[in-house]
Amino acid sequence: MDKPPHPSRHVIWLAFWLLFLLHQDVWFWSDRTLVLGVVPIGLAYHVGYSFAAATLWYAATRWAWPSEIEDWAEMPTTSATEGPRS
Amino acid sequence: MTSLAASTADLTPLLVICGYMSLLVVLGITTARLFKGTAADYFVVSRSVGSFFMLMSIFGTTMTGFAIVGSSGKAYSTGIGVYGLMASWSGLIHSACFFLIGIRMWAVGKRYGYMTQCEYFRERFESPALGYILFPILVLLVIPYLLVGVIGAGKAIQPITSGAFPDLFPVLRPDGTPNPALHGGIPPWLGMLAVCLIVLFYVFAGGLRGAVWANVFQTLVFMATGIVAFFIIANRLGGLQAASQAVADHADASARLARTGQIGYAQFFTYCLIPLSVGMFPHLFQHWLTARHARSFKLTVVAHPICIAIVWAPCIMIGIWAAGKFGTNIPDANTVLGRMVNQLVHLPWLSGLLGAGILAAIMSSLDSQFMCIGTMFTRDIVVRVVGKHRFTDREMIWLARGFIVAIVAVTYVLALLLQKGTHVFDLGVWCFSGFASLFPLAFVAVYWRRATKAGAIACVVTTAVVWTALFVHDMIEKQKLPPGQDEELLIAGLMPVTFIFAASVASLVIVSLLTRPPATATLGKFFPALTPEAESNPRG
Repeated sequence: MDKPPHPSRHVIWLAFWLLFLLHQDVWFWSDRTLVLGVVPIGLAYHVGYSFAAATLWYAATRWAWPSEIEDWAEMPTTSATEGPRS
Repeated sequence: MTSLAASTADLTPLLVICGYMSLLVVLGITTARLFKGTAADYFVVSRSVGSFFMLMSIFGTTMTGFAIVGSSGKAYSTGIGVYGLMASWSGLIHSACFFLIGIRMWAVGKRYGYMTQCEYFRERFESPALGYILFPILVLLVIPYLLVGVIGAGKAIQPITSGAFPDLFPVLRPDGTPNPALHGGIPPWLGMLAVCLIVLFYVFAGGLRGAVWANVFQTLVFMATGIVAFFIIANRLGGLQAASQAVADHADASARLARTGQIGYAQFFTYCLIPLSVGMFPHLFQHWLTARHARSFKLTVVAHPICIAIVWAPCIMIGIWAAGKFGTNIPDANTVLGRMVNQLVHLPWLSGLLGAGILAAIMSSLDSQFMCIGTMFTRDIVVRVVGKHRFTDREMIWLARGFIVAIVAVTYVLALLLQKGTHVFDLGVWCFSGFASLFPLAFVAVYWRRATKAGAIACVVTTAVVWTALFVHDMIEKQKLPPGQDEELLIAGLMPVTFIFAASVASLVIVSLLTRPPATATLGKFFPALTPEAESNPRG
């Protein structure tokens, strides 16, 4: 489970860290603006953040999915050191 | 004429809740009929759970009563920032844990037949001692989490069912007049007992399949509850814009629309460590093992942040609307959602739905926690000591059932003893902090070959010591506060988990580098070389 990562995985993880940093939205900290007159802008930003996170994870499942792990898990155990499956 | 019950309107919330509980009983009976009789089926649903059920059961397990009651209460007292603190961080970090840790834990569980974390960590780090050290710590961290759920359920049911049985369950003020918020409601001891028995029934009968199916139903219930309550409350407040404008126009409540003066920058940032707790929750580990394929995780990884938004955002808005409507002086913020529904809406069926939604969020975590503790006692203690081949599957299942009954009984008794003096929701964050601080252990187990058993043991012991010291300090300080007031402990403006986590990482890394690395055979078992064919043809 330790093969060299596919190049697209680097892009995904770069996007992850960017999103991580964007969580600290200091620019909206004291802003009481109501978006569409309903939702405080700080809350609207973070709800949008949740959808951005979902988009990031969709990209990860699409282009950085560790399919080799599933193949490995499905392989029969052959060594004496490997216990029975259930 | 004396009557035990009041009007039909007063009974409606109780009837809705009873209807919800009845459906859970039916689910329990159904899953019992589907039970295949094997240990693998009882403990991990024969590793057969597909994508949608995986999403619903994992999301339901991670959301507790805090997602509905606590979120609106926190928003009422500290404003919109609680969404960023917990919901949006969780959307990013939980999915990261599922992606980075969950899939790999599923893979080793499938390949080597693990059903508990201790089984895995014991073999990964070649250390039976690690299993024996980790086991009590995991159990002791889960118990407060259980208490949060059971006590929260008892406290939620009473006000929602107030008026149902005024003669049977009177609640009077010191001056002898009925307390309208609680008078006639199902008392906490009875509400907690009902919740424990219902959960016990479907877990006892159906094992983890019972918990998975119940979680799907419960998740849909509590997701619907927040949305329905949101729109009906908004309507009663004159519409979405009028409700929010009332907050903006209120001298004190308007501060809830932003974070200045409510939450510090450092506190907001360091809350990112709390969601790492899902990487070490024993009950979530067991759910991961139920996946039919690794790709069963995909929907969970993608949709989890959206599901969180659907539940949390409406409850946050209701919380700040409550500040605009009632002012900011309600002593117990956790009652604001109930107040908004009962005092503003006057729809008994909505009160009942709210009660069912809160119970659904609570019970969807309780069932998995009861199940995992029963599994851990069976496999990590009894089977480990006596020997796996000494038990048939049937005997192992009945052992687990016996432990589940025992842990439910112990939890109920503790809840009875602690319900009055406990700052319930504060315990939740401390539980999460403990598990989050053990996250480094899970991470290095799947990614760092150089991690050693001495490093793993040092990590667990250090986490336990530092967590206990800070927890005891915080509980002592909180005894000085009136009930309902909760000031989060911060150290230099940072969440305590920051320091526990740092100590955990430091001890793990330093001791690992100073001690002998694992055997080559062990590394080969858990870090296999993968084929070039798999690398060049990734399945998307």
